[in-house]
Amino acid sequence: MNDALTIDLEALSQEAGLPALLAELDGSLVGLAPVKTRIREIAALLVVDRARRQVGLSASAPSLHMSFTGNPGTGKTTVALRMAEILHRLGYCRKGHLVAVTRDDLVGQFIGHTAPKTKEVVKRAMGGVLFIDEAYYLYRPENERDYGMEAIEILLQVMENQRDDLVVIVAGYKDRMDTFFKANPGLSSRIAHHIDFPDYAPEELLAISDLMLGGMQYRLSPGAREALVEYIEIRRTRPHFANARSIRNALDRARLRQANRLFASRSGPVAPDALMTIEAEDLRASRVFADNAREPDLRGYGGTP
Amino acid sequence: MRLTQGTFSFLPDLTDTQIKAQVEYCLAKGWAVSIEYTDDPHPRNTYWEMYGNPMFDLKDAAGVMTEVNACRKAFPNHYVKLNAFDSTHGWEALRLSFIVNRPKVEPGFELRREEGAGRIQRYSTRSYATARPEGERYS
Amino acid sequence: MANDPADRYRAGVMKYAQMGYWQPDYQPKETDVLALFRITPQEGVDPEEAAAAVAGESSTATWTVVWTDRLTACDMYRAKAYRVDPVPGTPGQYFAYIAYDIDLFEAGSIANLTASIIGNVFGFKPLKALRLEDMRLPIAYVKTFQGPATGIVVERERLDKFGRPLLGATVKPKLGLSGKNYGRVVYEALKGGLDFTKDDENINSQPFMHWRDRFLYCMEAVNRAQAATGEIKGTYLNITAGTMEDMYERAEFAKELGSTIVMIDLVIGYTAIQSMAKWARRNDMILHLHRAGHSTYTRQKTHGISFRVISKWMRLSGVDHIHAGTIVGKLEGDPNSVQGFYDILREENNPVNLERGIFFEQDWGGLRGVMPVASGGIHAGQMHQLLHYLGDDVVLQFGGGTIGHPMGIQAGATANRVALEAMVLARNEGRDIWNEGPAILANAAKSCAPLKAALDTWGEVTFDYASTDTLDFVPTPTAA
Repeated sequence: MNDALTIDLEALSQEAGLPALLAELDGSLVGLAPVKTRIREIAALLVVDRARRQVGLSASAPSLHMSFTGNPGTGKTTVALRMAEILHRLGYCRKGHLVAVTRDDLVGQFIGHTAPKTKEVVKRAMGGVLFIDEAYYLYRPENERDYGMEAIEILLQVMENQRDDLVVIVAGYKDRMDTFFKANPGLSSRIAHHIDFPDYAPEELLAISDLMLGGMQYRLSPGAREALVEYIEIRRTRPHFANARSIRNALDRARLRQANRLFASRSGPVAPDALMTIEAEDLRASRVFADNAREPDLRGYGGTP
Repeated sequence: MRLTQGTFSFLPDLTDTQIKAQVEYCLAKGWAVSIEYTDDPHPRNTYWEMYGNPMFDLKDAAGVMTEVNACRKAFPNHYVKLNAFDSTHGWEALRLSFIVNRPKVEPGFELRREEGAGRIQRYSTRSYATARPEGERYS
Repeated sequence: MANDPADRYRAGVMKYAQMGYWQPDYQPKETDVLALFRITPQEGVDPEEAAAAVAGESSTATWTVVWTDRLTACDMYRAKAYRVDPVPGTPGQYFAYIAYDIDLFEAGSIANLTASIIGNVFGFKPLKALRLEDMRLPIAYVKTFQGPATGIVVERERLDKFGRPLLGATVKPKLGLSGKNYGRVVYEALKGGLDFTKDDENINSQPFMHWRDRFLYCMEAVNRAQAATGEIKGTYLNITAGTMEDMYERAEFAKELGSTIVMIDLVIGYTAIQSMAKWARRNDMILHLHRAGHSTYTRQKTHGISFRVISKWMRLSGVDHIHAGTIVGKLEGDPNSVQGFYDILREENNPVNLERGIFFEQDWGGLRGVMPVASGGIHAGQMHQLLHYLGDDVVLQFGGGTIGHPMGIQAGATANRVALEAMVLARNEGRDIWNEGPAILANAAKSCAPLKAALDTWGEVTFDYASTDTLDFVPTPTAA
């Protein structure tokens, strides 16, 4: 250790392009304040860790495995992608790519099938981040001979022995992940960061709609905006609500209805403005409104996770 | 003798760091890396045993190194080589192939002759090691 | 051009341009054979007329009008000069583009193709000089040729050698060694680390060593070296002879002895080359071609044939190896031109690349690639330059650089192999071999005394003379 040596944390952070990355994270992701805070904390930890290393303080390779919990459509995959990039910039991840998998990619159908499958996925993810969505499906306590346990054991080994080569992020519903961790303490103990993704507030969902529509070069008429606010209010209470994903599906169907409406009245010329505008009727034709008039039923209209 | 098949056999045995750098080069080119082993190093023995399938879509050498080490552990006294396959149209063959493990003792080859008419010799090359059955040759 | 047939075909002498051989509006067809000539007209001959004359003399025209033209679809058979550009910075010389209908040529025959394109026209009086710079062979015509008997990829698979240039050496002295002494050189060089040794172009069957003797001793050496190293080895047995019958006899004997490769010289002629390529394909043999004699017509810029055209003809003809220049060695070779030859021999498709002298896009239609051979005055100290310029798919031949090694032939071979492997390793690791090359070699020499001796002996040798066959066009709008 050398006291004369000082480290400029700001320079370290700039050098890794961290401020730009975090700013981009803020700008492109609506809401998610607690998530963003956690990411900043982790980034700060890694910068300091690097600084400690430079002045010769002990800095064992930090455990970076994470758990992202939250309902569908709350941005877990998107944030995982960003996380991979951040880890890459900070030098904790050599390549910075993301390999997203579910149980089917890891677990085989017969004896001797699972190990090669899991290893294959792990090898592809090395140098980057392995994102296991709905990780609890790996564990099926009701079936003693389920091959999922084999996959978990291989993952545990890699998570422990090859921290430099691979970061694992497990993701899924909060309650089910909690049960999963309780049943698999080995896994739980190897995960350093637990991040919970809250559901979006109605105004956040509206902001997300604007971002999505802007990206596709559509806009809402004033009437349509009112309809969307109402739609969001009703849809949130329905089964299979999937946050941003449900909103994307609703907008996709509205685009379909808009196209049908324009096509039905195709005798006259169409202005670019009309091609861009979603009207209230494009949204109000949704079954969400119709069902709301009657007793609510459980036929979830899209947005299954 | 030292078997000199493979791209880097005239250099001192490559370290794992050197092997890793070659793998990174192959992955950056989009080639699939595979591992093969044998205890019959005859120069015309084209089909060494495959240690798993070629590894497609890898981004980082760490995955390959895991397999290299596993293969060395399973076959410490065999020849092990690392191949890189390029599936580009018009090539569709190996681009690089080098030995990453060799037996402690390499007894080499016997050149057998059969005398024919007009001073013609019929040659055949036999590895001294292959006198014993597969799996017991370099123990 | 005279439009009235009665005028056009009236007996007498007429300008070629007027006879229809100059058609500036002509749009070449996909199926046309295109040729680019460098023309140097006599004083007073205008370039368009000179170009038309070349088109005429290399297709249907004769010095005077013949009425029998009218018994043919002569408009189609006539070659068309369609573009003439002055050669940049070289007054009095022009690039003339000429298109030939595919029906002018016999399928799969270089002899027929060349009998038209270079048949009579090079002696034509109104031109001071004429050079065939480049050709575009339409894919329809390409597909009528066998192409390389083995090709780069299959050659590598047969030899089980990947990831680096192959190494060879020509046995020296060229002439005078007995069969037994000759085989000694082959054995030492192969055992020391080379992949191939090679007969020289003029090693055939002379009083000091008859061909059967050479073949027998060489194959003893090859088999011994193979057993000593566990690696496939080869020696190019030159089967060039006075007649086809003799060549076939020698080829069959090489096959009987188990050789992987035989060799011919360019001087045997196009038809003989194509015949041997067919034989090589039928007999799983790699076919090496030494370009003996080519400099008589490829070297001077104003007259003859560019080697890039010879490269194209040889790829069609079906050879697997061809000497195509070293850039850094003792023989003629401008870096850009030579890299252009290598592209033509190896790539699936050549885009227009004026910097490398390639005027036409060329699709090789799945014809296999030819392995270029770099031979003549190269040594281990140039390894980084050779790898930089020539890439992996090339045979580097160090004749003097192997046999002349102060510690002996095996040591010479080992020095070259170690230098090569060290350089490939370093390049793959991402090092800047162009600048760090000498340091990489010096480092490899620390654990390899033969390489150290080679660098001490030849490290400083260069052949830095101006090339005669340089490129003198700047990038301009592309041809056709």
